[in-house]
Amino acid sequence: MTAVSSATSDRAVALQLEGVQLQLGTSSMHFDLSRPTGSVTAIMGPSGSGKSTLLNLIAGFLTADAGRILIEGIDVGHLPPARRGLSMVFQDNNLFAHLDIATNIGLGLDPHLKLTADQKKTIEAALERVGLQGFGRRLPGTLSGGERQRAALARAFARRQPLLLLDEPFDGLGPGLAADMIALMLEIRRDVGATVLMVTHDPDEAKMAAGHVLFLSKGRIIAEGAIDGFFERRDVPELARYLGTDSSPATAAQKRPPTSPLP
Amino acid sequence: MSSLLTRAESRAAVLGGVIAIAAISVAIAVPVTALLWRGTTGEAPDLGFDSYLLRVTRFTLLQAVLSTLLSVALAIPLARALARRPSFPGRVWLLRLFAVPLGLPPLVAALGLLTIWGRQGAVNDLLTGLTGGEPFSIYGLSGILLAHVFFNLPLTARLLLLGLERLPQEYWKNAAILGLGQWTTFRHVEWPAMLQPALAAASLVFMLCITSFTLVLVLGGGPAATTLEVAVYQALRFDFDPSRAVFLAVIQIALTIAALALLRLTGGRDDVSELMVTGQARPDVHGRAAGLVDMTVILVAALFVLSPLLATLVAGLSADLPRLLTEAALWRAGLTSLGVALCAALLSLLLALLLIRARLQMPGLGAQRTKHGLDALAGAAGSLVLMVPPIVLGAGWFLLFRGARGSILLPLILIIIINAMMALPFVMRVLEGAYRTAMSRNGQLALALGVTGLSRIRRIDLPALARPLGAAFAFAMALSLGDLGAIALFGNDRLVTLPYLLLQKMGSYRTADAAGMALILATLCIGLMMLADRSVSRQRSGTQKNPQKNKGRMP
Repeated sequence: MTAVSSATSDRAVALQLEGVQLQLGTSSMHFDLSRPTGSVTAIMGPSGSGKSTLLNLIAGFLTADAGRILIEGIDVGHLPPARRGLSMVFQDNNLFAHLDIATNIGLGLDPHLKLTADQKKTIEAALERVGLQGFGRRLPGTLSGGERQRAALARAFARRQPLLLLDEPFDGLGPGLAADMIALMLEIRRDVGATVLMVTHDPDEAKMAAGHVLFLSKGRIIAEGAIDGFFERRDVPELARYLGTDSSPATAAQKRPPTSPLP
Repeated sequence: MSSLLTRAESRAAVLGGVIAIAAISVAIAVPVTALLWRGTTGEAPDLGFDSYLLRVTRFTLLQAVLSTLLSVALAIPLARALARRPSFPGRVWLLRLFAVPLGLPPLVAALGLLTIWGRQGAVNDLLTGLTGGEPFSIYGLSGILLAHVFFNLPLTARLLLLGLERLPQEYWKNAAILGLGQWTTFRHVEWPAMLQPALAAASLVFMLCITSFTLVLVLGGGPAATTLEVAVYQALRFDFDPSRAVFLAVIQIALTIAALALLRLTGGRDDVSELMVTGQARPDVHGRAAGLVDMTVILVAALFVLSPLLATLVAGLSADLPRLLTEAALWRAGLTSLGVALCAALLSLLLALLLIRARLQMPGLGAQRTKHGLDALAGAAGSLVLMVPPIVLGAGWFLLFRGARGSILLPLILIIIINAMMALPFVMRVLEGAYRTAMSRNGQLALALGVTGLSRIRRIDLPALARPLGAAFAFAMALSLGDLGAIALFGNDRLVTLPYLLLQKMGSYRTADAAGMALILATLCIGLMMLADRSVSRQRSGTQKNPQKNKGRMP
């Protein structure tokens, strides 16, 4: 598993949220968190708890009403997404469907696609890194779902940004493929030296990928800690309810459909 | 696929379809044959394919091409600005406003445009006030282009916007994270999404402009700016030159068929109703200057569409409406219009229902081949209607009955038939999808319960279709109410509809009366359109209780 532990107070802080608040319709969000450089953090919680909103705030798709967001010590609150130093992988549609894989990655290196020889080499290297050598001229539609996510990871690899945000990226790939993708993601994180935040609803995925968990409910982080033993905790009723372990002390991380208290 | 109709119902559906196809074929083939027969056996036109025909044909093409280019070229920045600003106040109303020209009688629009852009219009007042120069005249090509852009720019913008809003939310997020910038986003994301709808819209607009009659009649102003349709009308009603009318009509049919082929080729579809109320969040858009540019584009477009409507309202209200409403001529014309529209809408609905029912009846009766043959025939009947524009259709009937001046009933019936044919493609589009859904939902249940025949039509099929039927009916009525083409050919002292009366008032410079009548006509048509829109949207929200989780959709 990962070497990341919660005892990281001596390491540089990669991401910090200080009193970040946002009102979205009737639900209010409030986030305080701090993650060290190189850590991998799973973000979990029932649907509507604010997992994606948290990522959207960090990425800059949403602007907080109050509070500060610092990436590598820089307040990015007023910066557009492109200048915050991050890459992001979504569950789907990471690649523009009408552009080939190499162009999709190239757009991540130079928006005007005036690629230097070095950048072209970077694209080839990134494709090779994720096992897609020779796929550069293919259109996303001709690739399998797993291959498309690999291509998205290749773009993140080529861009070498300090922060990597993953929004349920391996959902719908099946457990075996998801495990492979997580291993690949962890390798890329190590190569790049990135800090990873990953939204997931699968405790197994979280245990494979992350060293730390943030558990959200109703727009707040109500529990967090090292992954080891986190899913065995019984002191957080929402967590037990989410995992489906509130009535019977069954094995932790048992996969059951999560209850959703919010629509 | 199992049959969703009983054997007897299938047979009835096929019979109905055959009757509808036969009726449509007669309504179209007879006048077209009359035209062709007249063209080949009548006295040879002494002019042949002379310079006049050439000029009219060239102008018809020129104005249609220019109108199309202008509409699409202007719609691209407009749709882009609207997509980039997904939630400014009034966006919903603006998109609704953009649907208004679709149902506005062309004559009313022409009058409204003249009030704003005409010699005594607001724009001219402003310009001459500023520069002290001579007022410009919009009659001719510029007026025709202006009117065509007024009608087609909003339509095209909605189609392009739909193309943009179909893109997944992640695209905009990716554009934001990768820092693509405005130009790259346009080139690699927005333009590819708009290209297909732009082609489809262009062929649709071309089709509409090549068959546009009223706008050219009112705004063309003279022989230099005349299209084939207007020339056909003038040849028949003023010059009494049937052979020239025949030549013009045949050229018009050829042009329309070419335009129709173009439309099929580009996969033309105009499902503007799918448009979301709020657009997608656009995290890739930032910067105050860009916002200013977008909002300026939107504001100018809004003013352009709104000003003629407002002018119609203001001028109409300042007319002597109470006196106008006591005029017997107005009431007679109004009742005639309503009667014609009612009959035309009913006829159109009946034909559409028969066609659709025959088309959608599942295999079960006879061989698969019969079904496919019927399906193709029903589809062809729909295209046939588009191939022959109302004026040409009217010209054929006009020649056949020598102007149909003798009686009042015959021209009335002809107008109703022409208006019904005109509305048929639209009615088919509204009803076909709804019918398909209703059949797949209720078909097997009705069979299982043994509810068949007329009682099934009455108790199950019609109630399930009530809303789309209402919408199609209202739309067909609005179209017929606003039509000037058929009545322009067949109208006379005793047979007058609202648009015809309006044209007469305009012709005799009764400006205030014309303004008042334009307001009445516009209110009727827009009211009907809103009714149609409402019943469609209510049905949609009622049947689709399946709200997708729109992750990226932010308030």
